[in-house]
Amino acid sequence: MSHQESGLVHTEIYNQPVADASLIACLHCDLPQRLSEIALGASARCPRCNKELWRRREDSLNRTLALTLAAPVLYVIANSVPILGLTIVGRDASTTVIGGAQHLWNNGQQLVGVLVLFSAVVAPALQIGLMLAIVLGAMRERAPRWVGAVLRHHPITRIWSMIEVMMVGVLVALVKIVDYATVIPGIALFVLWVLVFILARMQAGFDSREVWEKIQWADEAQRDAAGDSLAEGTS
Amino acid sequence: MSAAAMTAMQQGLQSCEGCGLLSRPAAGELEGRCPRCDEELVFRKNQSFQRTWAYLIAATICYVPANVLPVLTTTTAAGAESDTILQGVVLLWSPTGWPLSIIVLIASIMIPSAKIVALAYLLISSKRGSVANNEQRVRLYRMVEFIGRWSMVDVFVDTFTAALIQLQPLMSVEPGPGLIFFAAVVVFTMLAVESFDPRLIWDSANPTETGPREVTYA
Repeated sequence: MSHQESGLVHTEIYNQPVADASLIACLHCDLPQRLSEIALGASARCPRCNKELWRRREDSLNRTLALTLAAPVLYVIANSVPILGLTIVGRDASTTVIGGAQHLWNNGQQLVGVLVLFSAVVAPALQIGLMLAIVLGAMRERAPRWVGAVLRHHPITRIWSMIEVMMVGVLVALVKIVDYATVIPGIALFVLWVLVFILARMQAGFDSREVWEKIQWADEAQRDAAGDSLAEGTS
Repeated sequence: MSAAAMTAMQQGLQSCEGCGLLSRPAAGELEGRCPRCDEELVFRKNQSFQRTWAYLIAATICYVPANVLPVLTTTTAAGAESDTILQGVVLLWSPTGWPLSIIVLIASIMIPSAKIVALAYLLISSKRGSVANNEQRVRLYRMVEFIGRWSMVDVFVDTFTAALIQLQPLMSVEPGPGLIFFAAVVVFTMLAVESFDPRLIWDSANPTETGPREVTYA
């Protein structure tokens, strides 16, 4: 059982990379295979389990940068104006996304409130902000190590960022409320739909493999030993 | 099988979940760090079976109160009325609302239960060393992974319904005690999916001959 025990200990020893940098193993079935160069826009799939291993993106960094610059503008608008409002017998009410989470918090549902705040507000902000950091860092000739640390954890923000799920939820809430009151769709409702589209494009156009190949290795000696062609381009 | 190993583990190679680099532990070591991104490498996700089972059991326990307790309480002049998730689906059913009613039915009731059953099946079949339907099983895993977050729909429906309908004394809606359990089902099943290592599906088809001896998953 020393394997499991050692998993809890922070080891400081680095692995040795395989000599051939195009060798990889599928993360869904562990099939060792050679990843050949593919055309722009084309994708490579695992021959055994059909997992997409790599999709090469055209002009990935610039396009992702453009989208990560547009996204914060929409994000700020979406979170500062109401998403949904209603009017009934002369009374008005409206709520923002954060207001929805706040209402849960104030009504004895603190945990659910935190979950809503996290998945609809915090995680999307991290998804956008960290992607911006990754792209800016990766635009240098050799991406510094922190870019790798951020990139490694970025998928978590993508899993928990649930704006598109929220949008369906808001739609259902809207239909429910229509039975009692006149619903006033908020500006945030429209802005968030655009943001959903932009975030989807941002993720789809981003080529993480391209960034990994530019990144400064944690174990710099190994990289030189591996004779990586990129190492020659460094200052 | 040893002529062309069918898994990287059989060759003693570890692939990095962070950056995808394939590397070999230093001589005498069973695991190490990724030389590129510094991630701690393992052949298979740490204690994948136990952790996935733990989250799955937690989700199953929460599933009962999530469906029995009300998620919304509506107070009007006529009195208070509480609705469970299923009652919410029924209420939504109308000549115009039925497509959304079906969406909520699928997202809130069918997906969470299907996820629990699918993950239990993946865990049991992998543990028992099944070699059948590997492609279908890994596809099932991907489907569960992709679809899981959509169960959150109902949490958002209730959030915005409760936040908006605050028209005391005419009518007000408050979140019910079932909501936290429902949210817990969604979160626990998502964590279960993240803990499961789909490579375990393939390990029994490729018994470790040359790989590290101590890789056991109790």
